[in-house]
Amino acid sequence: MSMKLRINVLPFMVLLPSLILMAVFVYGFIGWTGYTSATDSNALQQLSGQPARYVGLKNYEDLFTGRLNARFRIDLVNIFFFTVLFILVSQIIGFGLAVLLDQNVKGEGIFRSIFLFPMALSFVVTGTVWQWLFSPNSGLNTLVTYIGLPQWKIRWFISEAQLLEFHWNDLAGILIKILLGIVIFAALLYWSRWRSQTAAVLTGIAILLISLLTFSDLDQLTALEFEENHGFNLALIAVVIAASWQMSGYIMAMYLAGIRGIPDELREAARVDGARELHIYRHIIVPLLRPITLSAVIVQGHISLKIFDLVFTLGGGDNLFIDMPGINMFFVTFRGNDFARGAAIAIIMLIMIAFVIVPYLVISLRGEVE
Amino acid sequence: MAVQQAVVSHLPATSVTPKTVQYRLGRFVLYIILLGLSILFLIPVYMVLVTSFKSLDQVSISTMWDFPSRFTWESIRKAADQLAPSFFNSVVLVLPATIISAIAGSLNGYVFAKWRFRGANLLFTLILFGMFIPYQAVLIPLVKFLQWADLYGSLNGLILTHIVYGLPITTLIFRNYYAKIPTELVEAGLLDGGGFFSLYLYVILPLSVPAFVVVIIWQFTQIWNEFLFGVTITSVDSRPMTVALQNLSGSQIVEWNVQMAGAFLTALPTLLVYIILGRYFIRGLLAGSVKG
Repeated sequence: MSMKLRINVLPFMVLLPSLILMAVFVYGFIGWTGYTSATDSNALQQLSGQPARYVGLKNYEDLFTGRLNARFRIDLVNIFFFTVLFILVSQIIGFGLAVLLDQNVKGEGIFRSIFLFPMALSFVVTGTVWQWLFSPNSGLNTLVTYIGLPQWKIRWFISEAQLLEFHWNDLAGILIKILLGIVIFAALLYWSRWRSQTAAVLTGIAILLISLLTFSDLDQLTALEFEENHGFNLALIAVVIAASWQMSGYIMAMYLAGIRGIPDELREAARVDGARELHIYRHIIVPLLRPITLSAVIVQGHISLKIFDLVFTLGGGDNLFIDMPGINMFFVTFRGNDFARGAAIAIIMLIMIAFVIVPYLVISLRGEVE
Repeated sequence: MAVQQAVVSHLPATSVTPKTVQYRLGRFVLYIILLGLSILFLIPVYMVLVTSFKSLDQVSISTMWDFPSRFTWESIRKAADQLAPSFFNSVVLVLPATIISAIAGSLNGYVFAKWRFRGANLLFTLILFGMFIPYQAVLIPLVKFLQWADLYGSLNGLILTHIVYGLPITTLIFRNYYAKIPTELVEAGLLDGGGFFSLYLYVILPLSVPAFVVVIIWQFTQIWNEFLFGVTITSVDSRPMTVALQNLSGSQIVEWNVQMAGAFLTALPTLLVYIILGRYFIRGLLAGSVKG
């Protein structure tokens, strides 16, 4: 980039109001929320007329281990499965649509508009409409009879079925085993590519994890003094469908912009060399689209982790099978007047999202400076 | 020679014919797939329209997918009656919030793109972070602040909120847009004796129309569609349309015809913008992924 103009007082003065607003409304308020989460500010305290007292991390401890806070743990499990599935499904559909529309399609503009228009809608509209499409005795369940199929009996977002059940106390062990699987897979991958240094490090980590599993009692970790079952609620699939209907077009638009940004000469050259279309995609286009995949996953990830409106309109708040932290926070705070616990949930949400966003912001802005 | 000629004239014929058949078949399948997917994507639209034009007694589980036996404006009129106050709230909310956050974003973007100062990148990152936070993390202090400022439950409070939390995205879009304007242009203006504001007014602003269109469309859509702030910091008199739509389902008997008509009416403004100015809408969408 070329030289920028040197700053004097005036430009900074222009920026100042926005900076102050951000400092107060974003960072100040986050700090305030953080402080509230460390107090006992709730309905009882307000009734008593006493000022809220500082209680440290007690609210957080309650959320993860308290008998009355099972709902929050359900939320964490739900948001995990929802985020993974939602990203996966809309990535596949979005990328697929982009590739299809990249084939010199007549009427591309019309198709693109059709796939993208849900993005212009409110999640509240989406929720209202899909709530009816998901009625157990009509909607999609009866639509299939028009193409000769027997009527479905899927209960969609009010389903109570659960897969992959586990005890909350086993969570640490399960997570370590999953991590171990990933590490071993990566190690094998690097060994097979003769990148022995990285592979050796990974193998070391794997051995560490195995010994952790065998010599410590993580399997028997007793965060809870009672048994609590969790699992993947099939009701979430309905939320994934509605959310993917709304967001896949966005992913498509991102990929399409990326594909169009790839110089035609690159593809032509490959074609002249006799590469088939499939190979051109696999070896030229997909690798070049990697930064877009990263952006798309980050955007989806943060939208998914803070999802509120869609689940709210689908009847969240009463339906724990699709409950999410964002919903729980709202009801705990503004219906139950338990400000401290609501604040703690909000801070946990913020931390989850910060893990996704902060590295991304730092990387993409550093890349720009270079 | 003759043989060679025969080969040459023969080759394209044999290699092209199967290819065209294959090609045509491929095209056919491609369009079938695209058409099928389009139908799938439009199913909810069909449902909304069909149901909106039915009266309550026509709405039943068994005929859910059928055309209305007789078209009626009854449901749409009823939904319009119930949503009208909140529609005007949304209009009064969206206009100032969009315009003010766009102007502020433009000025911020100008400073970040064209004026160099220490810590600019850090400050920009800190502003940008405000775009990604879950608003739950600021909601409790926001409510208390608005109560203290006597803005809680009023439309003005909601307008202020949307202006503030709209600053990151508007700043981002304008900054990325202005970064592409050659700095020499601004420097030349500086040599001609222009100051900070005159450069903005006479050099930058005339070039900003496309960016303003993108930002205004983006903010309009976002604020119109927003729900969390709307449901938290407004009262019955000041609630925006999305909140009123959600409340339609709160009654005892769910009138699906009115609900679908309400969904249709709530979606209409942003859909119209999308249909008329789709190109700019997509630009805003892509700007949301940080890199311009």
